[in-house]
Amino acid sequence: MTNIQESEWAVKCEKLSKTYKPDIQALKNIDLKVSPHQIFGIIGPDGAGKTTLFRILTTLILADEGKAEVMGCDVVTEYEKIRRNIGYMPGRFSLYQDLTVEENLKFFASVFGTTIEENYDLIKSIYQQIEPFKNRRAGQLSGGMKQKLALSCALIHKPKLLILDEPTTGVDPVSRKEFWEMLRQLKEEGITILVSTAYMDEASLCDAIALILDGEFLKIDTPENIVRQFEPTLYSIRSLQRSKLLTDLRGLPAIDSCYAFGESTHATVIHNQISPEALKKYLSEKGHTDLEVVPIAPTVEDCFMELSKQMHQN
Amino acid sequence: MNSTNKNEHTHPTPTNGQWKTFGSFVQKEFYHITRDQTTLALLLILPVLLMILFGFSINTEVKNSQIAIYDPSNDVATRGIIEKIKASDYFTVVRMLNNPAEIEKQFLKDDLKMVVIFSDHFYENMQRTGKAQIELLTDGTDPNSAMTVVSYASNIIGLYQQDLFKIQQIPFEITPSVKLMYNPELKGPYFFVPGILGMILMIICSMMTSISIAREKEFGTMEVLLVSPFKPMYIILSKTIPYFVISLVNLATMLLLSVFMLKVPIAGSLFWLVTFSILFIFLSLSLGLLVSSIANSQLQALLFSGMVLVIPVVMLSGMIFPIENMPAFFQWFSKLIPATWYITGVKKIMIKGLGFTSILPELGVLISMTILLIGISWKTFKYHLE
Repeated sequence: MTNIQESEWAVKCEKLSKTYKPDIQALKNIDLKVSPHQIFGIIGPDGAGKTTLFRILTTLILADEGKAEVMGCDVVTEYEKIRRNIGYMPGRFSLYQDLTVEENLKFFASVFGTTIEENYDLIKSIYQQIEPFKNRRAGQLSGGMKQKLALSCALIHKPKLLILDEPTTGVDPVSRKEFWEMLRQLKEEGITILVSTAYMDEASLCDAIALILDGEFLKIDTPENIVRQFEPTLYSIRSLQRSKLLTDLRGLPAIDSCYAFGESTHATVIHNQISPEALKKYLSEKGHTDLEVVPIAPTVEDCFMELSKQMHQN
Repeated sequence: MNSTNKNEHTHPTPTNGQWKTFGSFVQKEFYHITRDQTTLALLLILPVLLMILFGFSINTEVKNSQIAIYDPSNDVATRGIIEKIKASDYFTVVRMLNNPAEIEKQFLKDDLKMVVIFSDHFYENMQRTGKAQIELLTDGTDPNSAMTVVSYASNIIGLYQQDLFKIQQIPFEITPSVKLMYNPELKGPYFFVPGILGMILMIICSMMTSISIAREKEFGTMEVLLVSPFKPMYIILSKTIPYFVISLVNLATMLLLSVFMLKVPIAGSLFWLVTFSILFIFLSLSLGLLVSSIANSQLQALLFSGMVLVIPVVMLSGMIFPIENMPAFFQWFSKLIPATWYITGVKKIMIKGLGFTSILPELGVLISMTILLIGISWKTFKYHLE
């Protein structure tokens, strides 16, 4: 197997565009640079273009315009070299449902010209968790176990770059947490990880993130920097009358934007135009009870909402 | 291959490692097939079922057809004809009718194939005017068997006429002597065994191969396989091997059944029959590959191979309907169907017992079709998704 020399960037995209017939622009002129040995997250809602980007990088589809390099190799002309050196886990866990856990792993090992024994040390900690079920068919595994098996299969040939397309979608919260722990361990082994997710709370677990919406990057930076750059004041608001809360808030000129955030509602206020007390008073006049208005620190999701609002305004 | 990667290992032929990988691909395919036992059972039993179905139920011969007779004359001539009809294997007289009103009623009630109706004063008319009438009433909803029944009955009546002429000493006589080559007893199986061979091999090879490739696309496993160093063409080739094996098993079952159950002997060389069939299996497999490069889901693959590959084999290859009776366009079109050539070739070797040289044209056509199809599927094979 050919080794790829260390290149400056694990992934480098320049003005990458992809349009699907009829007229759906999945990627719009995007630029991206991912440095090696880190966990890089592509964060955005469904349909933002994450899978399209990953399919271009894994040489599965061709971009219409622009250039992309993976570990210094061009995705169009050197696709064979790339295919040898990356591990890819597509959105749906691509396992053979009618093969057992062990047969799946054995098969994928042989696809990459290796054996389970040869690279067992890399997958050991992950595979040990599902080894008791090694004679069970993959179709009968739980979501979390399927995910672990798919990750083991993607790692079996010691790839330098691991590309994971929404690996935590449809997996329970405990398994999600374990999964990110595994990714951190793999990073320690020197593997670069490119991961996409629609869960904003997972953004803080990445070393760097790119926020993507409608085929465009809103921002590429570390999660800390993105949160730091959040300008407006942010209030978390709770009320018994949740359903009319958004309409009432939108009627107030001082409120820049507001959106449901889990159990509560988040509202942004530009330049401290309204204090929590004043806001509370306004809302109770509107008939809200059990009110709670608390200034809070922004999360990546708040940044995403703010950035997407700015994009739509432009 | 790209010339910029001179130091790359680009293998035009598989190396040892790749053979190993190929082996595990084939093993995986066998796992898929053996674990889906219903499908496997269907694949193995389908040929047997079809053979039995065609062999015993779809019978083009007419034997012991139930008929009724209305004979108001009841004279020498009518009795003579009725005797002859009763004596033949083809007919069983289940009822003598006494009343013309009964005719239609009994025809519906007794599921009769035919009613023979003599005119009044049959012998008298024959003697005096030289003309006597027999009406043959048959069931037009089943035209094939109606025509056969009528022609048998006409023959019998003709024979009786000849006997009469002999007595009356007509100075000359023309007797057609019919000899049926290759299938002297006009047995149905001689006609359909080659057709079923062609149909089953086509179904197993092209339909199953294309479905199994489409399944990988549908379940997303193709995505992972494509993002691997293993050459995509080998992935596809490994899919064909299990179905090749199953086809060989089916070929053996069908030949055994046809020889021992349907009593259709292999008149020519078994070696050439098998070789010729293997060529057809290759061709069907390459058709399957071609379908798989178009179809993206199992349903598409199923419909496509079913509609575009199997139905024409049944309708246009001469398996059921004789090609000679088709309109010119379909005759021309049937020449494009590989099974047409295969069935003709099998008839030549298996039924007529002709030698290898007789199937050279069929062999030539099938070989060129195979090369063409493999070439097209090689060209159209997608190294990327979409």
